[in-house]
Amino acid sequence: MRRIGTIICFGISFLLIALGILDHQFQAVLAKAAKVCLECIGIG
Amino acid sequence: MDKKKRIVIQSIATLLQNANLKGFFTGKIYTGQSKGVCVPGLNCYSCPGAIGACPLGSLQNALSAYKFKLPYYVVGLLLFFGTLLGRLICGFLCPFGFLQDLLHRIPFPVKLKHFRLDKYLRYLKYILLVVLVIVLPICVKMTPFFCKYLCPSGTLAGILLSFRNSALFQAYGKLFTWKVIVLAVILVAGVMIARPFCKYLCPLGAIYGPLNKVSLYRMECDASKCISCGKCSAVCEMCVDPTKDANSAECIRCLQCVHECPTKALRAGIKSKPETSKPSHEGEKVPEGRMRGKD
Repeated sequence: MRRIGTIICFGISFLLIALGILDHQFQAVLAKAAKVCLECIGIG
Repeated sequence: MDKKKRIVIQSIATLLQNANLKGFFTGKIYTGQSKGVCVPGLNCYSCPGAIGACPLGSLQNALSAYKFKLPYYVVGLLLFFGTLLGRLICGFLCPFGFLQDLLHRIPFPVKLKHFRLDKYLRYLKYILLVVLVIVLPICVKMTPFFCKYLCPSGTLAGILLSFRNSALFQAYGKLFTWKVIVLAVILVAGVMIARPFCKYLCPLGAIYGPLNKVSLYRMECDASKCISCGKCSAVCEMCVDPTKDANSAECIRCLQCVHECPTKALRAGIKSKPETSKPSHEGEKVPEGRMRGKD
């Protein structure tokens, strides 16, 4: 049962990552992370 | 694995995730392509050394964007990390976890392990995950609530940035004061309690914890070898009894229990041990599949 769970979770994770990359979400993450997040550091 | 080896691995992991050492001297953050990939642990992307993105910050930013899209990429990465390693990430790869481990090594007369509220406070991280990381960022746009009001990693990043950036220092107000208080409480608590942030507040732990049950890297307790001496549960900083639930959601897989086990009944790794009938310490035959933590 555990192995099936592991395989399903890996399958879903790969699918989500692929969907995200196709949806240009990598660039969205990069755009946010490449700037100082003012809220995170306590300005806002 | 003994504590020294673990500290070496934690130091290397922290350095790798904060490899932009130049940023600590210039007060500027790294802006390269690797910032598009989330690191597995809690490491604010506004930290001058960070070369990757914080998974929690990225998740909240995606959920709170004006044009709502399901954050497939970040959720997929979190699921991948969790399915591969579970909370081994907390035990070995998380920079903020490492900081708490170092703080807990400071000698102090009061070291709390078991206290009345502990059991209930453990559920707080799940509430914070749902409320501050998922629901509120969806409802209120452009506001990463957990990062803004609670995340101690972001506060540390702000402090480090302000050393070299006087404009930032002047912009700090009430929010920064609140965040410094939160950070101070967590750090002081960390001297007395092992990993208070991981136990009670970390939403990443709340994501990776349940994945301990299915992760490729896992722990197993061989019941035929266990002599119920209790050394494993006594040494556990997270107050887990690995003989009862080797893959508990609270276990950060620091592997201290594996190191302490006198009969090597506990093991951790990717490969499962083949199940064979072996006589137990009481002389009885143990049926196949009597490996606790193994389905």
